[in-house]
Amino acid sequence: MTELVETVVYERPAALTVAHTHYCPGCTHGIAHRLVAEAIDELGLRERTIGIAPVGCSVLAYYYFNVDFAEAAHGRAPAMATGMKRANPDKIIFTYQGDGDLAAIGTGEIVHAAGRGENITVIFVNNAIYGMTGGQMAPTTLEGQRTTSSPMGRDIGIAGFPLRMSELLATLDGAVYVTRQSLHDVKHIRRAKKAITTAFKVQEAGLGFSMVAVLSTCGTNWKMDPLDSLDWLRDNMIPYYPLGDTKVTDAVKGL
Amino acid sequence: MAKQLWKGNEAIAEAAVRAGLVAYFGYPITPQTELLEYLSGRMVKLGRAFLQAESELAAINMVYGAACTGVRAMSSSSSPGISLMQEGLSYIAASMVPIVLVDIMRGGPGLGNIQPSQGDYNQVTKTAGHGDFHPLVLAPATVQEAVDLTYEAFDLAEKYRTVVLIVADGNIGQMMEPAEMPPMREIEVERPDWALTGADGREHRIITSLELNAERLEQVNLTLQDKLQQVRSNEVRFREHRVDDAEILVVGFGTMGRIAQTATDMAREQGIRVGVFRPVSLWPFPEARLEELSRQVSRILVVEMNAGQMVDDVRLVVGKDYPVEFYGRMGGIVPLPDDVLAVIERIDQELKNDRAG
Repeated sequence: MTELVETVVYERPAALTVAHTHYCPGCTHGIAHRLVAEAIDELGLRERTIGIAPVGCSVLAYYYFNVDFAEAAHGRAPAMATGMKRANPDKIIFTYQGDGDLAAIGTGEIVHAAGRGENITVIFVNNAIYGMTGGQMAPTTLEGQRTTSSPMGRDIGIAGFPLRMSELLATLDGAVYVTRQSLHDVKHIRRAKKAITTAFKVQEAGLGFSMVAVLSTCGTNWKMDPLDSLDWLRDNMIPYYPLGDTKVTDAVKGL
Repeated sequence: MAKQLWKGNEAIAEAAVRAGLVAYFGYPITPQTELLEYLSGRMVKLGRAFLQAESELAAINMVYGAACTGVRAMSSSSSPGISLMQEGLSYIAASMVPIVLVDIMRGGPGLGNIQPSQGDYNQVTKTAGHGDFHPLVLAPATVQEAVDLTYEAFDLAEKYRTVVLIVADGNIGQMMEPAEMPPMREIEVERPDWALTGADGREHRIITSLELNAERLEQVNLTLQDKLQQVRSNEVRFREHRVDDAEILVVGFGTMGRIAQTATDMAREQGIRVGVFRPVSLWPFPEARLEELSRQVSRILVVEMNAGQMVDDVRLVVGKDYPVEFYGRMGGIVPLPDDVLAVIERIDQELKNDRAG
């Protein structure tokens, strides 16, 4: 008689809670959450990790991560993370922020956290729109992109240009690992996972500020079905927000 | 420990260090800056966390982050900087995280100037941020009192899991006086049972000020209000000077309380029966004792370095028909005891005229 051997090849990461998320069908936040949780698990960091949730769609991320979590005021997560890390250098501190949070109201905090080389990890979810408030123009909204506050499409003459935060932060000496990834297909999701893992390793090694920007979809506010959203990301966002490592210092390469 | 000559700002900083301060975050602003400067050396030498933030907004959120992990954390600023910190104060109060903040008040509104003022009374006691909360506000009148209150502030913040504000004007921050420092406390290794320390062998903890469900948010608010009621019951503080047989009561806090005391002693030499009531806790306001004294005296004179802010609280206590007078200066002008004495003399003369008439 042949014995049936079962091997677990896929399971819920210990760093995620058992919960139904409030995210819209097709939203890529769920994927980003899972990648962060897998990275924390694989590096054995769960018991000493503290996360900080932003204001925006991922405001309730603390219900989904099975790690200690605080909720920041809009844009202030890098400042909170700074306070936590400075008082507890042995803990692993990460922020999870959207584009409105990080690239608009929180630009001061993110620039200075990066400039100081704050030894924290930032997961920057860029979906080119304000999701939670119902689809207004974000600092990352593309030229011509229609939103509820740019109904004729983003007019550069009125609203200015979309911000490329990775490139901006990569100019700062304190930022040692800055990379931009995408969640629009399996190949890129795997790359994003690797980048997130590297970012946490950078922090564990005490090398300085690390940020993984992940291009993400918002089918609900883009007014597209989930599959079309993935294509729209690939065809429109990636040309303006090129994928890959924006900055990797020699110390990070040596990890 | 013997008394030493201390500058107010530095004395407050050293008192905080001795109380077990683990993390300080601040931003330079006159007339508070020496506090930050002092700690920039002292904290680093002790191996504790000090950081000059990019703004007061960042500083208060750094304090929030550190305090979420259960360590003693503080910031300090002056009036316009406190305005910037209001966002953080509201979040901190809502999520019930203990912090200490020092406000060395300057002239306002706007950029105002860098001279002493008490123009933040309403800001710190009533409008420290959106939503229903009050910080516990303590107002010293001397450098020694500033030291003692700062030392105690961390215990109070932790006891009630609330924001404790030490509020002094630029005089107290800038002047030098003899003061005795309290002993150096060991830093508490044990973290409280609500602190974020990593979910090691326990359920994960969440610190948030968000509650989307209306019924549950009301419950959060009721819990906050219960706590504030406890603060009201337990933490009323005031000082009195020559009130026993007083007919006129001068009410002033901080530096103005001190000036009122000198003016009162001068008036007493002329035989005027006057005393001083100095609220030390501005929130909770010492209502019961003031009401008691109002029944004993015939007139109340409120003196402040603002357009009349605390006087509203006095009027709430004694009622609109009670004769309450106000004397105040603004713009960073510190009245002299003679200025207050002149008002006391006028009131005394009016009382004499009333009796004669």
